[in-house]
Amino acid sequence: MLWLIPILPLLGAALNGVFGKRLSKTLITSIAVGSVALSFLVAVREFLTMLSLPESQLPILTDYFTWIQAGRFQAQFGFMLDHLSGLMILIVTGVGFLIHVYSAGYMAREEGFYRYFAYLNLFVFFMLTLVLADNYLLMFVGWEGVGLCSYLLIGFWFTRKSAADAGKKAFIVNRVGDFGFILAIMLIYWTFERIDFQGVFSRLGEASDFAVEPLGSVGVLTAIGLLLFLGAAGKSAQFPLYVWLPDAMEGPTPVSALIHAATMVTAGVYMVARSAAIYNHAPGALLVVAVVGAFTAIFAASIGLVQTDIKRVLAYSTVSQLGYMFLACGAGAYAAAMFHLMTHAFFKALLFLAAGSVIHGMGGIQDIRKMGGLRRVMPWTHKTFLVGTLAIAGIPPLAGFFSKDAALWAAWNDANYGKLLWLVGVIAASFTSFYMFRLLILTFYGSPCYTEQDVHHVHESPNSILIPLIVLAACSIVAGFAGVPPVLGGDNHIQQFLTPAAHEAKSESLGTTAVELTLMAISTGAALAGAGLAYLFYVVRPALPERLSVQAHSMYSIMLNKYYVDEIYDSVVVWPVVRMSGEFLWKFVDAFMIDGAVNGIGRLVRGSGAGLRHMQSGYVRTYAGWILLGGVLVIAWFLK
Amino acid sequence: MNLATINIAAILPTLVLSVVGIVVMVAEPFVGEQKKSNLGWLAFAGTLAAMLSLVPMANNRGQWYSNLWIVDDYDVFLDFIFLLIAAITILTSMDFLRREELNHPEFYSLLLFATAGMLMMAASNELVMVFLGLEILSIATYVMAGFRRADLKSNESALKYFLLGSFSSAFFLYGIALIFGATGSTNLLAIADALRSSKIQISLVSLSAALILIALCFKVAVAPFHVWTPDVYEGAPTPVTGFMSVGPKAAGFAVLFRVFLTAFPSIEDRWGSAIWMVAALTMILGNVIAVVQPNIKRMLAYSSIAHAGYVAVAFAATSDRGVSAALFYLLAYSLMNLGAFAMVTIISRKEDKLVNVTDYAGLGSKRPGLAAVLSLFMLSLAGVPGTAGFAGKFFIFRAALESRLVWLAIIGVVTTVISFYYYLSVIVQMYMREPHDEFSDVRLCGSLKFALVISAAGTLYLGLLPTRVLDWTTTAALR
Repeated sequence: MLWLIPILPLLGAALNGVFGKRLSKTLITSIAVGSVALSFLVAVREFLTMLSLPESQLPILTDYFTWIQAGRFQAQFGFMLDHLSGLMILIVTGVGFLIHVYSAGYMAREEGFYRYFAYLNLFVFFMLTLVLADNYLLMFVGWEGVGLCSYLLIGFWFTRKSAADAGKKAFIVNRVGDFGFILAIMLIYWTFERIDFQGVFSRLGEASDFAVEPLGSVGVLTAIGLLLFLGAAGKSAQFPLYVWLPDAMEGPTPVSALIHAATMVTAGVYMVARSAAIYNHAPGALLVVAVVGAFTAIFAASIGLVQTDIKRVLAYSTVSQLGYMFLACGAGAYAAAMFHLMTHAFFKALLFLAAGSVIHGMGGIQDIRKMGGLRRVMPWTHKTFLVGTLAIAGIPPLAGFFSKDAALWAAWNDANYGKLLWLVGVIAASFTSFYMFRLLILTFYGSPCYTEQDVHHVHESPNSILIPLIVLAACSIVAGFAGVPPVLGGDNHIQQFLTPAAHEAKSESLGTTAVELTLMAISTGAALAGAGLAYLFYVVRPALPERLSVQAHSMYSIMLNKYYVDEIYDSVVVWPVVRMSGEFLWKFVDAFMIDGAVNGIGRLVRGSGAGLRHMQSGYVRTYAGWILLGGVLVIAWFLK
Repeated sequence: MNLATINIAAILPTLVLSVVGIVVMVAEPFVGEQKKSNLGWLAFAGTLAAMLSLVPMANNRGQWYSNLWIVDDYDVFLDFIFLLIAAITILTSMDFLRREELNHPEFYSLLLFATAGMLMMAASNELVMVFLGLEILSIATYVMAGFRRADLKSNESALKYFLLGSFSSAFFLYGIALIFGATGSTNLLAIADALRSSKIQISLVSLSAALILIALCFKVAVAPFHVWTPDVYEGAPTPVTGFMSVGPKAAGFAVLFRVFLTAFPSIEDRWGSAIWMVAALTMILGNVIAVVQPNIKRMLAYSSIAHAGYVAVAFAATSDRGVSAALFYLLAYSLMNLGAFAMVTIISRKEDKLVNVTDYAGLGSKRPGLAAVLSLFMLSLAGVPGTAGFAGKFFIFRAALESRLVWLAIIGVVTTVISFYYYLSVIVQMYMREPHDEFSDVRLCGSLKFALVISAAGTLYLGLLPTRVLDWTTTAALR
């Protein structure tokens, strides 16, 4: 029955994609939402079946057919269900279902309604293929598929140039990462002569078998790990490949929630967790993962401090939170990473959808400086957004507190630079808290900064939008209890649940209970400090931010301009490539050399043809002469 | 000589064709003007019956009639090609003859006789028998080329073909006489036996082999013996041109392979290299001159010269693989070329007037179905993957490489690239030029559609699933 889970959304995509133009909106919605709902139910059933099995029978492997067979190379089309992929299919279909419901209300008046749902269903199909795949190559199919859907949906309003450009940017930046992923798959095959997860991981014990000169077995695994991480960094928007994600906010808001917050961008984290067995043999690669994750967490959070577009703040927040997940992975705590992935899926989807509700109610305005006081007009949106803010900021006992703390605790215990990574994480957490409360206060509190002339009839959103918000808010409150650590009286269910699948690296130097509690208090204090600062800046003394931006002008403008990373890319990569292809490749190589050669040969052939046709005089005597000449030559050759 | 071994089954297809041909000719005066097309269908039925009678013939393998006549897989496969060519030509001609007011059923008789001649050539185990078949084929073809009696160009075509054809026949006869003088026999196997003994005067044998080669090269129109082709093809009625470009060519190659591989393997070092040069020259000349032809019939004439060059490459390989590739190619080439000429017949309209490539401008927008079918034939002639032309060329070049004819294969590939220019220019005209003609008087009757469907389906089938036919040609090539 496993195959039903991805096939249902694919069917929905096919129906809506092919016949959508002629179907009514109700029918399109029923097909799209219904297929994901059914898929969710099947996923739950399969998940429960898996839980009832003893651990020795896991993972459940199902091969459907041989996909590629070439010489000794073999790739199966097969699915693998274990705790890791089980958790992912629940998140993808569950959150996916809620966002489909939300979309039905949010996109109701859009052109291309059917196209939107066809793409969205197709995305769910590819995402499920990605997480269920039992080998790297099939995973790559899903990987590319979600990239394609992301591209199509970012550019959904393709008549708007910024949207089309953002789509292209996402596609091109992701190519860099995908290139790394492809190389990793090749290197895996070259080293292990197979590409299925079980087969590769089972051979890791026999290090001498695949020691490749001059790298040695650790060297090879480090190379594989780094290449895989290059792919993950592209898909999951890590420094320096994160630049496409903020621009991806050009797409419809539900798309930002589903693809660019809850699911697709976490594929990189999933992939690293899936490859835990490889990473555990490659400490060098793990260190890179941890450092890049921590740096991205604080880097993106600092940009988020000064952004004024509601969706862009959330986008940088997503980049930053993904950094936490990689930080946990890098510290060998894959279960903590997956835990944060899950809670993040809930509260970030919630925040995006609530932001969408605000934008919907405001008639398309996204600048938070033009909002304010929406608490009274949009009470439900406000309440759910507040829950999301508390959750992401890490205020106990909401979901974000537990998962972020698990990641930070793992970082602290990491042997390499663990304390430093922890410190970076805590500072980033206070940033997170600050920009989220800033967002909350500017949007929902104070007095309105818009006039009735700008915005007509600000209103609360319809139920199809509010119900998903409420469900996600509930999840954001309770999801954290899946991973209450022992020091707080829990028994960390999720940790135990994921351990068999996630190949946890054993940490030697676990800190004491007292240390753990202290650290917890410090990170909570950091979150509260961030929130307090935001309260000070935007409620108590609203003139302060203005003064600060003038006094620390250079710092402020660097952050406002996102550290000029886009400009650096433009001048270092984009401009040289465009000039190179425009001036050299096009005008010189193509137009002058290749066209010149082709046309020259063409002229030569035509010229010789025109000359040779004079053999054809039309006189029989000439023809007989030619035949005679040929005959004499042949006879001479035979008698030589 | 033992007359008791008369074996009807071994000659049944030839017999069927001859009898039906005579019946059509005799019946002509007794049939009303309106019913003359029925005789065309009778001739078509005759080719189908001959095709069916290939089955009893194939069951009588061996040498018959004092070893004059041989029945083997090679023979059966070639007979199948010849009969297919005849059937498609009849289908293409019926509407043409009515349109041009040339509806004289003796046309079909001549076509059937010509085909009977081709069957004889393929089954001959004897040089004199070959000559007999060759003349039956040639004389019928001379008449068909001049079938449009009131047209000067048609007359010119027939006369040139006749004069130069007689000239080449003389070479053939002289060759037979010399080999008889040298070995005392005109039977292919007897010649091969005689050549194995050392008492033979080798220069005499070489001379006669050269003369036979020259005559057959004329028939298959390879350079430098191709000079007659463009004029003859241009002037002949279009369906006849289609027939001439595939039928006599296939029959000529059938004899070339049989005679040289059976009778003259001992002097292969001489004729092998001669064929190498002929093949190279033919591919280059045919393709290069075709580039500058504005008249589509002349363009296809040069194209048919070029294709003879590719078959000659397979001949130069002098291996079973080569023969098998050549047989495959002859079938593929016959289908796509007959299809192309059927389209030219349709588009040229009254009096064969519109035969310039520019007359096809805008066909794609006015008659998309016809344009698509013609594109298929052009792409196949050029050798685009997925079509019969590609599979055929692929097998030929593979055979050439296996026989270490690397340079010949390279010349073949390069000239194939050149050929894209003139084949694609037809497609460019059809799809990328503004129409200056409504194509409203283009008529498509049932028989023509039938011919197009057979050719197009065959072209695609051989291109997509070549293995079954290739297996057949591989068996046919084994001696």
